[in-house]
Amino acid sequence: MTTLIASTVKIDAPAIGRRSLLRDIGIVMTRELKPVLRDPFSLLFGMIQPLFFLALFGPLLAGSMGGSLGGGVWQWFVPSILVMTTLFGTSTTGANLLFEFQTGAHERMLVTPLSRSSLLIGRALKEMVPLFGQAVIVIAVMIPFGLELHVDGVLVGLALLAVFGIGLGAFSYALAIAVRKQDWMFWMVQQTFLFPLMILSGMLLPLETGPGWMQVASKFNPLSYLVDAERTLFAGDVWSSAVLWGWLAALVTAALGLTVGIRTMLRSAD
Amino acid sequence: MISTRELTKDFVVSRTETVHAVRGISLDVEPGELVAVLGPNGAGKTTTLRMLTTLIAPTSGTAKVAGYDVTTHSSQVRRRIGYVGQGNGAGHSQRVGDELLGQGVIYGLDRRSAKRRTEELLESLELKDLAQRKVSDLSGGQRRRLDVAMGLVHAPGLLFLDEPSTGLDPQNRANLWDHILRMREQYSMTIVLTTHYLDEADSMAERVVVVDHGEVIADDTADALKRKLAGDRLHLTVGPSNQSRVRELAAQLPGAGEIQVDGDQVLVRVADGPAALPILIGAAQQNGVPVATAQVHRPTLDDVFLNLTGRSLREADSNGKAAA
Ligand SMILES: Nc1ncnc2c1ncn2[C@@H]1O[C@H](COP(=O)(O)OP(=O)(O)OP(=O)(O)O)[C@@H](O)[C@H]1O
Ligand SMILES: [Mg+2]
Repeated sequence: MTTLIASTVKIDAPAIGRRSLLRDIGIVMTRELKPVLRDPFSLLFGMIQPLFFLALFGPLLAGSMGGSLGGGVWQWFVPSILVMTTLFGTSTTGANLLFEFQTGAHERMLVTPLSRSSLLIGRALKEMVPLFGQAVIVIAVMIPFGLELHVDGVLVGLALLAVFGIGLGAFSYALAIAVRKQDWMFWMVQQTFLFPLMILSGMLLPLETGPGWMQVASKFNPLSYLVDAERTLFAGDVWSSAVLWGWLAALVTAALGLTVGIRTMLRSAD
Repeated sequence: MISTRELTKDFVVSRTETVHAVRGISLDVEPGELVAVLGPNGAGKTTTLRMLTTLIAPTSGTAKVAGYDVTTHSSQVRRRIGYVGQGNGAGHSQRVGDELLGQGVIYGLDRRSAKRRTEELLESLELKDLAQRKVSDLSGGQRRRLDVAMGLVHAPGLLFLDEPSTGLDPQNRANLWDHILRMREQYSMTIVLTTHYLDEADSMAERVVVVDHGEVIADDTADALKRKLAGDRLHLTVGPSNQSRVRELAAQLPGAGEIQVDGDQVLVRVADGPAALPILIGAAQQNGVPVATAQVHRPTLDDVFLNLTGRSLREADSNGKAAA
């Protein structure tokens, strides 16, 4: 049995002092980032599928339509892979929260003085970090294969992805909260949205050659604008209208995601 | 510190089924008290704690905790309490030390005090060697100790513990209690805990609240409960032809209650067992009755529960089910 005597340092109900939303968000975000920083290899987890697409689908794409894409297949396909990484990484992130519902960790957080909205915002903002890490890996891997690097375009492109990722992450958390009592629903809903969103964005194959209804559907898919914007940016064109549309899509996604996410988080207790 | 009036919680499970988990609990807890809430599975202990800690809204009734109403001023309540839930509070992908430190920071400790308290708790709850481990790699009991450590890190004025010692081995249980009681002393904490361990409620808490089917069925000190409801029992083994003689003698004991004869055993209920036993043995010997064995059986809270409900606590499993 221990012989240590607890110190006599007096703590005067520190939680009763002033609290700020920013500090709360910072705390939640730091907590969420700890496992990523402690174990950077976990970044690769969300990248397995995109890397397969890059390695196996890319060469096929080059063979079948290399000529018609203009500017080389990687300039066209690497932005797709970055959007795909964002999509896979952030749309699955709600599963972590779902797990914390089951273990009791989320319940513990709900009883702390942290504001409920910070529990959502902090988590959503954290999505930026793995997403940056993953993007840097993809870009670094593809430069030797002939990806042309336009630094300004890439930086704006990453910022755009980050904003979009925050929104999608927030949606994923909202989904997790909504289905917390039937957790199998999470993966069903996530997969149901994932593939149509992906294919109807022109991410894998250009939609110009597809049927008319697909082209119409793609106009309602925010991901289409994001993919277009990323391709334009990776071509080095920062001031094109496609980029503006991309920002609009990303900002609307982020605003909607955070709104829906915060609203569900406020009702996440029972 | 806590004051509830007619607190109830119904869970609507399906269109045809409503669970009345808590049915009108009125409870007052004064600053500095240590109250154990005892009851079988499904009695409504966790549900009550979840209402008091602002996690779920009461269906009806009111509760004031640390001076604030749990429904209208929930964030004020949350700043003034600590809570260790029935589940695991630490995130499974996190490191032990990170979670503990983070919990201190969440409650507004500056980094230095948070670090210091983390070190102390790791040390005294024997988690020090595990500080760098991932929570998912801990054993159940180690995880439970971490949960309690997280509840203690900011030394809250009012602490709720939902089955804090479940899954701990005897040594760690004793150690945990040592630590909780020491912190309670030092920071004048008020503690409300739930437990199934009768001996724990018995030895730790000054006050035991017995809950069954969502209602408080007894509320007193452990000793008073046992005295009032069960009393001590004397077990005497005497020769086969002497029971009736002993029975007569036992009936003359001060405070003698029900007397049973079972084979060559005589069982007598008395108010004060240790005082009555020598008297009875002496009387038997004076009457030429040899006493082979003699025991005082002091009542346990299990006896109390049996007495209150007609069921043993170990076997009881209340479910508050009722048609809507
Ligand atoms: N979220 C919920 N939805 C529906 N029913 C619930 C919910 N939570 C608890 N119940 C029901 O309410 C009743 C009381 O449950 P509670 O968890 O408060 O019991 P307890 O006294 O803590 O039991 P234990 O000793 O097993 O922890 C039980 O019948 C339980 O099935
Ligand atoms: Mg319980």
